Formats: sequence, structure tokens, C-alpha cells
Amino acid sequence: MSLMHEFTKGLWKDLAPFRVVLGLCPILAVTKEAETGLGMGVGVIFVLTCSNIIISSIRNIIPRQVRIASFIVIIASFVTMVQLFSQAYFYPIYQKLGIFIPLIVVNCIILGRAEAFASRNGVIASALDGLGIGLGYTISLVVLGSIREILGAGTIFGVDIMWASFRPFTFMAEAPGAFISLGLLLGIMNAISKTSQS
Amino acid sequence: MDYVILVISALLINNILLAQFLGNCPFLGTSKRMDTAIGMGLAVIFVLTIACIVTFWVQYKILIPLGLAYLQTVAFILVIAALVQFVEMFLRKFAKPLYTSLGIFLPLITTNCAVMGAALLIIRKEYTFMEGVVFAVASAAGFTLALILMAGIRERLSVSDVPPALKGTAIGLITAGLMALAFFGFQGVDGALTALVKS
Repeated sequence: MSLMHEFTKGLWKDLAPFRVVLGLCPILAVTKEAETGLGMGVGVIFVLTCSNIIISSIRNIIPRQVRIASFIVIIASFVTMVQLFSQAYFYPIYQKLGIFIPLIVVNCIILGRAEAFASRNGVIASALDGLGIGLGYTISLVVLGSIREILGAGTIFGVDIMWASFRPFTFMAEAPGAFISLGLLLGIMNAISKTSQS
Repeated sequence: MDYVILVISALLINNILLAQFLGNCPFLGTSKRMDTAIGMGLAVIFVLTIACIVTFWVQYKILIPLGLAYLQTVAFILVIAALVQFVEMFLRKFAKPLYTSLGIFLPLITTNCAVMGAALLIIRKEYTFMEGVVFAVASAAGFTLALILMAGIRERLSVSDVPPALKGTAIGLITAGLMALAFFGFQGVDGALTALVKS
């Protein structure tokens, strides 16, 4: 029951980046298309889950003073794996994501979960926590990516879905569209959670 | 002249915050008040410049000669984390006034993706050392510029009537979007300048 909760909390209660406003840079930068959003999300799930497992299993060995540095090294190792793997097998997405793959290292969500959860809880709970938060983050990336791709290019995952006379708003595919659509989505989420509370 | 174009490009056209989306967490976190925005901005200029110089040296003098380029991510983040720690100790010992004004922002900079992002961009774009330094200073100045402009707007926003659901980060993001739209107006300036130089 409680283990299940560790998994599901990432999908709504602690949904990143809406409930915990962390990891904004990738969500703005890689959501021009749904596909790159999904690629980024899968990378984050892998790094978050693996680093949570490793950190929680050696949490009693790491001295407190150097824990942040150790977390960063562990996270950076997994990020390097993602980087090399995507370079070898998913080259088009690797190119589109560019510097945002190595920048998973400085994604505050991952370090935040390592510090707040994995360094205090058991291996299974930490793995589920990583999976849940990662999945929630991926869903957010894909939703925002889909909205921007539909409005900005008239397609979703590269498939044309809008009517023939639809004129795409180039604005949505560019930087301003990213900020504004994320801001509006955040506002909608706030409004929904407020009504569901009352 | 190339340096002028590089500066304008990094400062305005490809602003690290508003066009490249690097460093958004501290951008939204520290732009609520003008004095914290200035402190954070100065700390970023300071650390980003030093970090780019050091990571440039690490990449070309250590990683590439030893054939360890695949360790770039691990090496850079460690260098940046160590550097931030070192800068903090140095300032506390030798520049107390600067430490009291920048001190609280320094630990936050380790996870500021603008620092790591700029360091990686310099390597990816294959800049020379001087170009890299100019790019680093201009990018950091662009970050500070956007941050200070944003703080000015947000100080006004805090007293205006914002719909309850949009309060806080949501309206901050929408404001940032409108600012990005304004900065979008600089697109093409570098091309025009290059043409001007050539003619």
C-alpha cells in the first residue's frame, strides 16, 4: 500500500514540474515536438531510477559531508551512459536534444530526489519513487510537447492531424510560446487542484 | 569586430535565458526582488566566467590528450562543483563584503544549468580560448540583464491584480514569455551587422 503510494505520488501529488517547480530548463527547451519530449523523459526516468537505487543502497556508507558530491558523481555516471547509448542507437534524437542530455546532471529534480528521498529510504521505495516522479515528468514533457507541436506545426509525433487550411502558429514553436504555454498549463493545474480541494 | 557580433549575439539574440532556456530555476526563484536579482546576477557572471575558463582548459589539456572525452559530463560537473566551493572559501577569507552579498547565492550556482550549459556550448561550437571567454562573459551578462529586467517587472506584478490560479510561478513564466517575445525582435541583428562589416 505505502510502496504503491511512493509510485503514484509522482503522478499527481508531487507532479514535476507543476507541483514542485523544478527542472524547468529541459521542459522548456525540448518540448518543441512531442518526440523529443518523450526522448528526454525516458532519459530522465532511467537516470532518476538508477541513481535512486544506487544512492539508497549505499546511503549508510556515504559520509554526510561529501554526500552531495557523491550524488553528483553517481548521477553524472548514469547521464554519461544515457549520452553514449542515445548517441549509438537514437542518433536523430541525440542531435535534437543537444546539450540537454549532459545537462540532465544539473536537473534539480534528480538531485532533489536523491537528497530528499533516496538518502533516507530503502532501495525498493526509492526505485518506485524514481519511476513515479520520472514518469510524471515524462507525461508533463509529452503533454506540453504535444500542445506546442499541434499548435506550432499542426502535427503530433510527426503525424499531420489538423485540417488542411490550418495555419500553424510559428510562435508556439519558438521560445516565447514555450514560456507562455507552460505558464498557462501551470495556471490550469493550480485551478484544478484548488477546485478539487474545495 | 567578430567579437562585437559575438557579444551582441550572446547578450541579446541568443540570450542564454530567454532563447536557450538555460538557468530558468534560479531565474524564477530569485527574480522576485531587485536586490536578490542583482546579487544572483553578479554571482553568475563571476562563477560562469571562471568556470568556462577552467572547463576549457580541462577539455583541451586533460580530457582530449588523454582520450577521455567521454568523461566530459562527469569532469565538468565536478570541476564546477569544486570551483563553486573554492570560490566560496576564497571570498569568505579574502573578500568579506563580497561574500556577504554573494555568499548565499553561491551554493545555488552548482545546479544552475546556465554555467554547465555555457561551458558545454563553448566546446560544442569549437570556440577558440578568447572567443570562449568573450562568449562566457556576454552570456552571463545576458543572464543578469534578463534577471534584473524580470525583477523590475515582478516587483510591480506583486502589487497588481493577478488571477489567483496564475499567482507566483505561472505569471512569472508568462511574463518571461512576453520578454522572450520582445528579445525575439533582435533576431537578424547579427546578420545585418555582418553584412554591414563586409560592405
